[in-house]
Amino acid sequence: MSETPITPAIVAKHGLTPEEFARIKEILGREPNFTELGIFSVMWSEHCSYKNSRPELKKFPTTGPGILVKAGEENAGVLDVGDGWAVAFKIESHNHPSAVEPFQGAATGVGGIIRDIFTMGARPIFLLDSLRFGPVEKKSPGSAANRHLLSGVVSGIAHYGNCIGLPTIGGETWFDETYAGNPLVNVFCLGVLRHDQIARGAAQGVGNPVFYVGAETGRDGLAGAAFASRELTEESKEDRPAVQVGDPFREKLLLEACLELLASGCVAGIQDMGAAGLTCSTCETASRGGTGIDVDLDLVPKREDGMTPYEILLSESQERMLVIVHRGQEDRVREIFDKWDLPHAQVGHVTDDGLMRIRAGGEVVAQIPASSLTDQAPVYHREAADWTPPAPLDINSLPQADIAAALPRLLSHPTLAGKRWIWEQYDHMVRNGTVVRPGSDAAVFLARECGKFLAASVDGNGLITKLDPREGGRRCVAEAARNLACSGAVPLGATDNLNFGNPHKPEIFRQLRDAIEGMAEACRAFGTPVTGGNVSLYNENPSGPIDPTPVVAMVGLVENETHITRQGFCSAGDAIWLLGDRDAGLDASQFLLIIHGRKEGRPPQTDLAAEVLLQQTLRDAIRSNLIRSAHDCAEGGIAVALAECCISGESPVGAEIELPDHRRRDDEELFHEAPGRIIVSVDASCESALAALCAERGVPARRLGTTGSEDLAIKLRGREYRWPAGMLFHIWDSSLGELMDAVAEPLAAH
Amino acid sequence: MKFAVLRFPGSNCDQDCLRTLRDNFGASADAVWHKETSVDGYDAIVVPGGFSYGDYLRCGAIARYSPVMGAVTRAAARGVPVLGICNGFQILCEAGLLPGALMRNRGLHFICRTVHLRVTNITSPFTRGTKEGEVVRLPVAHGEGCYFADETTLQKLEDGGQIAFRYCEADGSITPAANPNGSVRNIAGVLNSQGNILGLMPHPERACEERLGSTDGKVVFASLLSAGLASVS
Repeated sequence: MSETPITPAIVAKHGLTPEEFARIKEILGREPNFTELGIFSVMWSEHCSYKNSRPELKKFPTTGPGILVKAGEENAGVLDVGDGWAVAFKIESHNHPSAVEPFQGAATGVGGIIRDIFTMGARPIFLLDSLRFGPVEKKSPGSAANRHLLSGVVSGIAHYGNCIGLPTIGGETWFDETYAGNPLVNVFCLGVLRHDQIARGAAQGVGNPVFYVGAETGRDGLAGAAFASRELTEESKEDRPAVQVGDPFREKLLLEACLELLASGCVAGIQDMGAAGLTCSTCETASRGGTGIDVDLDLVPKREDGMTPYEILLSESQERMLVIVHRGQEDRVREIFDKWDLPHAQVGHVTDDGLMRIRAGGEVVAQIPASSLTDQAPVYHREAADWTPPAPLDINSLPQADIAAALPRLLSHPTLAGKRWIWEQYDHMVRNGTVVRPGSDAAVFLARECGKFLAASVDGNGLITKLDPREGGRRCVAEAARNLACSGAVPLGATDNLNFGNPHKPEIFRQLRDAIEGMAEACRAFGTPVTGGNVSLYNENPSGPIDPTPVVAMVGLVENETHITRQGFCSAGDAIWLLGDRDAGLDASQFLLIIHGRKEGRPPQTDLAAEVLLQQTLRDAIRSNLIRSAHDCAEGGIAVALAECCISGESPVGAEIELPDHRRRDDEELFHEAPGRIIVSVDASCESALAALCAERGVPARRLGTTGSEDLAIKLRGREYRWPAGMLFHIWDSSLGELMDAVAEPLAAH
Repeated sequence: MKFAVLRFPGSNCDQDCLRTLRDNFGASADAVWHKETSVDGYDAIVVPGGFSYGDYLRCGAIARYSPVMGAVTRAAARGVPVLGICNGFQILCEAGLLPGALMRNRGLHFICRTVHLRVTNITSPFTRGTKEGEVVRLPVAHGEGCYFADETTLQKLEDGGQIAFRYCEADGSITPAANPNGSVRNIAGVLNSQGNILGLMPHPERACEERLGSTDGKVVFASLLSAGLASVS
């Protein structure tokens, strides 16, 4: 077989350093051939090996009483939810593919994370997504490209999720210059399973047959993992073949077939073919099983002729699984795959020599110790730059804004506006479990398989992380936990998606390290272990790195259906209280960014002890039936939070609010973003009980006013600001749709 | 009364329909695989929503050739009630069991939201529990729900009372603004001329529990069950 010669240029093109290449030669005791070089290249990429982030990821708390499968052990972590039931969940990014081809990039991101969940033996039941784009308002330069990305990503997620029949029940979407040309697409999936259904991605049982099932292998997505581990450049569009094409129908069949297969007891091990495809699934299962694996590529179902071993091994064609079957059960396995009309083939078997051995055309074309590709991948301790805390904002440098105009303007900004244009494109109701729909602090879903009410929220704040990475890390975890508390849930665990720039730059590595430390600290405080996650580095476009954006998805359990709480005010005449009364400047606020175009200041710091106490107190108040609605006070400050309470219920409800005058300026009072604050509404008869509970726990609480009237009215030092709730609703509800559909209309004419 | 809920490759509302029938109505309901060639012994058939065959080619265009559809056609000819929901409606149109066709939504987006519907036939086996002029709230979730039929067909549908549901405002008025997908004459559900087959774009099975936001879907299944009891007795 004629082989491409291995030159230093070829090695460099594979993203391997001379030192890494030397190490490969040492492991093999010889020069690798071209196919083997390709295998090392993808397996030692950041995407597969976490070589730049692994020492930092170890800082996350990963253990706890509820952990059944720990982070890093398998495709996704598994957490106990009681009564013999468990949840498997994970978040994953598809940023680079979505930048180049938004529809397929996002669609295959959804497909990949769903496979990670059913590989664990879990029935996937819902999705969330966390998205970031450049500005989409028409006045912003380059906004047409950003709208194109938003539109493509949302329809890609909708296409895949809707077709496969999984509801997308929540998420968050922000817009900022920093993400222009490098959007973030992080997708979360959760599945349920009984403890005894947990499946393992290990090649167990020497001599057991190895089956390939699912879509035929094609040339799409060649070496996508390596692609994801580079910065985006002007030339990235030429990498479009590195983006895969998704087929949600195939995946639906694969999902049903795999769950049926797992229930049959025929399976010794199972692993999806995601990043690095056949390569990753074979060496990882062998490495986990402490075994070897022998695979003949001639037997692999292929979409086209003439594919080289290199191409077959590195293809990232979607909707494929590797299944290790108990010997003697082959016919039963074939019967199930045939029922679901899925291509399948027995492609090899498990061996005892610890080697990943690949054959093609009757020859061995690659032979590598399996564990050298996984456990022995290089690990780098990158250099971190020193950090100088940013200077606090000088409030006197800010001109007085027109407050009456500022609130509607904030509510119409795409980051803060209602996201109905997005979530109405997702089937958010299929599976009949969506109890709290998109648009509240956390989504709540009834998992009918086990009768549990699960709550989930996904949060991240790139602005705060840019200015103070450690606080950004703490903040996203604390906010996710707070959102769960507001919905009446007890947080159980979290999964993280770390979206950063190039870690070779000391400044970027410092952001990554500090943000992880902040997240880890907060996860410890809330008792929520990290069950796994995803690292997406090299998020840079020609103008520089993105603002560091750690995203966390947190899962909680609502113990009793009556505890489920929503953010919108319910009716007139309720008392409105602020729990966790804290103060801060306009540093790092959305007001400062949107109204004044400034990204600066020292973000107010999360007080984790106070935060834990606040959330526990809110949950206890909910359990005592004191609370009618609860809403996290976050981006946009108290004014935006109050407006959201008024306009996100069944129909707009007004409020009469009076704030004390302990500040110098109205803009600070209304729009600062001190963390650890929650707005609740309570029946007048419950006020004294709430006040007593907060006093007993030492949680600051203050009465803000009452619900009712047509307007949101806020009195401040004798001045009154008044906005009709219906007007605020209209602006908040329709601005994103008007922006997007106005663009889509010429298309509709065809 | 025993229900068959068809299951095609790519169906994804089959479980929701089965659970709703069993848990909310205590009815007996089986999943019936699309390769089956008989639906004998069932008193009603539900063709559920989803993306049968990935909606490739055209929604419902491949599923209509599944073996089970022959059995459904024969059962329908005997008068067995057949309820097609969303993709099920599309399949029944493709199979020629219902008139008209469902096209891409007017705005080109998939739409998932709760809408108001006016019941415009209160005597069918699916709507006999409703009252004249009744307005119900049901969720829609589709990308291709824009109903179309030619003028002659529409006139026949109007004359024969075959239009069962129309998109409307909360007060029951039929307006263009209340039409989520551009369906001709705001049509959301149609009956065959015998009245035993209903195709419906909205999802009644998603509106049978208070916790899901509406219980207005119950009337469809309750009507069927009472019709079934009446025919048994």
